Amino acid sequence: MLARRIIPCLDVRDGRVVKGVKFRDHEDVGAIVDLARRYSAAGADELVFYDIAASARGATVEPEWVSRVAREIDIPFCVAGGIRSVDDARARLFAGADKISINSPALESPDLIDRLAHEFGSQCVVLGVDSRKIEGEWRVHRYTGDPDKTRTDERRTLDWIAEGLDRGAGEVVLNCMDMDGVRDGYDIEQLAAVRAICSTPLIASGGAGRKEHFKSVFELANVDGALAASVFHKGVMEIGDLKAYLAAEGIRVRP
Amino acid sequence: MTIALIDTGCANIASVRFALERAGLDHDVVTEPAGAADCDRIILPGVGAAGPAMERLKARGWSETLPQDGRPLMGICLGMQLLFEHSAEGDVDGLGLLPGRVERLPRPDGLVWPHMGWNALEGFAVGEPLLTGISAGSHAYFVHGYYVSAGRVTQAQCDYGVPVSAIVRQGQVSGCQFHPERSGAVGARILSNFAGIKA
Repeated sequence: MLARRIIPCLDVRDGRVVKGVKFRDHEDVGAIVDLARRYSAAGADELVFYDIAASARGATVEPEWVSRVAREIDIPFCVAGGIRSVDDARARLFAGADKISINSPALESPDLIDRLAHEFGSQCVVLGVDSRKIEGEWRVHRYTGDPDKTRTDERRTLDWIAEGLDRGAGEVVLNCMDMDGVRDGYDIEQLAAVRAICSTPLIASGGAGRKEHFKSVFELANVDGALAASVFHKGVMEIGDLKAYLAAEGIRVRP
Repeated sequence: MTIALIDTGCANIASVRFALERAGLDHDVVTEPAGAADCDRIILPGVGAAGPAMERLKARGWSETLPQDGRPLMGICLGMQLLFEHSAEGDVDGLGLLPGRVERLPRPDGLVWPHMGWNALEGFAVGEPLLTGISAGSHAYFVHGYYVSAGRVTQAQCDYGVPVSAIVRQGQVSGCQFHPERSGAVGARILSNFAGIKA
């Protein structure tokens, strides 16, 4: 049967991997290709590359960077950052990406999801959603790469995800903003609510701090994969140790 | 030894190219059969939908030459599915090099569609050359919504509520439903095994 995925995420700004807390105060944590190669060799099940500043400043993740990473790794590779057209996506896929994740550009023009799914198939199209609770409701946010430009969308998170799936997204990555970089555990409540309406693979993001957090999110929110950044970048845990722990706890992972 | 990598205009040809480079395997990206004249093996990669991919294979002459070819051929993902007689995806006829039909994956309770992620390879056929050096239970990376039910050309399978053909072969015609180019060391070994099959 299918294994649960452990997915390190490289948040990239100006050619370096950075990491913030709750989407603010980013610090440099390393070189892109070095980290990609290290995680691929360590047993990561997929790698996500987010050019976090791209959407907010109207730019797009560079195909050259996509190729430099894709050349080095032998695991699936998902790329995000200001991809706002079929041609933008095609250039990144031809450069070596396996999947395209869209977030702010999909909120700007939702039919981008339909167009990408039609052209490349749903399996290529990942809907990234940045969400936090505002006045008791989960709400979608855009331009989260730049704290000064971040804003709350009028859409409710569950409505937006249902619409994205209807339009042909083949996977959902839910970034729970209040948990980002805090290492206090995934937002199980929000993830479970999304799981209940999500018929495609669902990836949890935001909050991983201890091995137990991964176990909880798989057991309690039944997500297909768990994405994490700072715990891996800062050496809080090694992917191999994490997987050995999960396997011992009865969670199916790729050794 | 040179592998012809058929460019069907599908999106992930770079991933396959990089994997062949990492494995140190010579290859040429070719669009038409004439371009593959000096190659001794052929890989048909594939990401996308069956209908448009078959249209491109027909337009470029591959649908006529591949059935007569005789060189070792390996289809990957959609490329594997196109080797069969028919696909329910768009209700199109395939190349017909392997017996069987491609159907939509059912959605048993609790499983998501498409089948996306690392699944264990099981049910190895004895002597399958693509599986040399690989142990049963090894994981490979799958991404697909249509499948070929395990049957007589199946050399390895995986379980996704139903038995899914993971590796198929009949004579020189073989295929992987998963992506060896994105399946870590297991995938690299399968690509090397393919390169070692006697032409």
